[in-house]
Amino acid sequence: MRNPIYFTALKTIWIKECTRFLRIWVQTLVPPAITMTLYFIIFGSLIGSRIGEMGGVSYMEFIVPGLIMMSVITNAYSNVASSFFSAKFQRNLEEMLVAPVSNITIILGYVGGGVARALLVAIIVTLVSGFFVPLQIQSIAMIIATVILTATLFALGGLLNAMFAKSFDDISIIPTFVLTPLTYLGGVFYSITLLPSFWQAVSQFNPIIYMVNGFRYGFIGVSDIQPMVAIAVLLVFNAVFFTLAWYLLKRGTGVRT
Amino acid sequence: MTYALEISELRKTYRGGFEALKGLDLTVKVGDFYALLGPNGAGKSTTIGIISSLVNKSSGTVKVFGYDLDTQINEVKQHIGLVPQEFNFNQFETLMQIVVNQAGYYGVSRTLAKERAEKYLKQLGLWDKRNERARNLSGGMKRRLMIARALLHEPKLLILDEPTAGVDIELRRSMWEFLTRINKEGVTIILTTHYLEEAEMLCRNIGIIDKGQIIENTTMKALLNKLNVETFVLDLEPITKPPVIESATMRMIDDHTIEVDVAKSAGLNSVFSELSAQNIKVLSMRNKANRLEELFVNLVEQGRESKESAAHA
Repeated sequence: MRNPIYFTALKTIWIKECTRFLRIWVQTLVPPAITMTLYFIIFGSLIGSRIGEMGGVSYMEFIVPGLIMMSVITNAYSNVASSFFSAKFQRNLEEMLVAPVSNITIILGYVGGGVARALLVAIIVTLVSGFFVPLQIQSIAMIIATVILTATLFALGGLLNAMFAKSFDDISIIPTFVLTPLTYLGGVFYSITLLPSFWQAVSQFNPIIYMVNGFRYGFIGVSDIQPMVAIAVLLVFNAVFFTLAWYLLKRGTGVRT
Repeated sequence: MTYALEISELRKTYRGGFEALKGLDLTVKVGDFYALLGPNGAGKSTTIGIISSLVNKSSGTVKVFGYDLDTQINEVKQHIGLVPQEFNFNQFETLMQIVVNQAGYYGVSRTLAKERAEKYLKQLGLWDKRNERARNLSGGMKRRLMIARALLHEPKLLILDEPTAGVDIELRRSMWEFLTRINKEGVTIILTTHYLEEAEMLCRNIGIIDKGQIIENTTMKALLNKLNVETFVLDLEPITKPPVIESATMRMIDDHTIEVDVAKSAGLNSVFSELSAQNIKVLSMRNKANRLEELFVNLVEQGRESKESAAHA
């Protein structure tokens, strides 16, 4: 970003993306607050009180970090997937393609927008959780690192999805059939130590396990995974997704004829 | 000599094998007002797509003000302003957001972009609508918005792909005035259009493209001089039998209208003399169609016939 043109372009895309999700805040910021409040009430307060402790803390304390992470994943992904696909579909992506905006700038701009929405939603959900359980922090560095890396990764995932998508259906297939099952089986609601050893081993291949556990470690100091392993996994996935997005955009996959 | 646009041997084959451009050569001088005409599917939009980096070319070179599209793409992009055929802005954004963001993509600071937005939106009669969402605009306003958006980074070459399609006559004329003014201020303009009257009125030079190749690249004046025969429609006082005209080919349309094809060299005097001699009164007269339109159809047909005969030979 040494080139000032690229910096102005990046800032422009980022502002445009933030303006978009703030303009439609009823669709972007309110639903996660309502959904998570319901999770806190039903799973945390009503059912959680009968479950007892998990990972050495109350069930409510256990699921809060996982639910925040679930909101981060969903919002980062859907923000970029729907915004980039709409830009492609309505052809206003051409505004950027005809201008001297580098492919990396386009990626960073869209991903930056997705990360901004994910972080804002994370803050809202964390504030809501404060009504149900006192907030504790064991490692602020771990919280910040995992939340930013996770948001970036899923924003990149949304971008890749939007590049390949040919219809609006195509941007809901991955969230429904891949993202949701992986998240629900990603240790949000249970500790993987409860699983039989075979399924524990299988769970190691679910990347969301690393994110949820790394994030949970930052709050309550409890994790099924070594925190540094979680960060390493996130870094590797980010590098792979970023390279793939850059390569595809350079080739013009789904955006240039 | 540096040209505003210099294209040589440009080829584009789409996936599936369709060959849209077959070695197209084209030069446009700096400061020119150039018309690129051609029937639907001739390759105009593909050519514009390649110049503006929306379509990847298969081979050939494109230079804009001397900058090569292959090696100096950012310089090429900085020099071009594109007004596409279809509305491609975000319908949910305001006019101000659309034009200021576009400037941002070219590295123009927000402060400067807002100043320029005021200038161009005022010039195009859109300033009062600056805070409206784009979807609330009329068709003509949307077209002008796309022109304003293309000018915010002050390009030296403005490419307009059918800018007046679906625009009413009054508005079309005001857009012509605006384009003529910015051309005089030094912006080179390339225009594609189906309104040949528009090309004739605005453009100094003209290229006709058909089946992926330029079949004519000349001045508007030279092209119109090629037209040897013009067709006139004459409104007459009602007649009972067809008049006899020997100095021109004549067709009777109804009992008070005839069409005559007159060779440029022959002139109209003899036609009038012959009609007067037969006591036929001419009430009014007009050109049958736009002159350029006839020429355009002739050229495209001639080009196709010569290609076919070459293929059969």
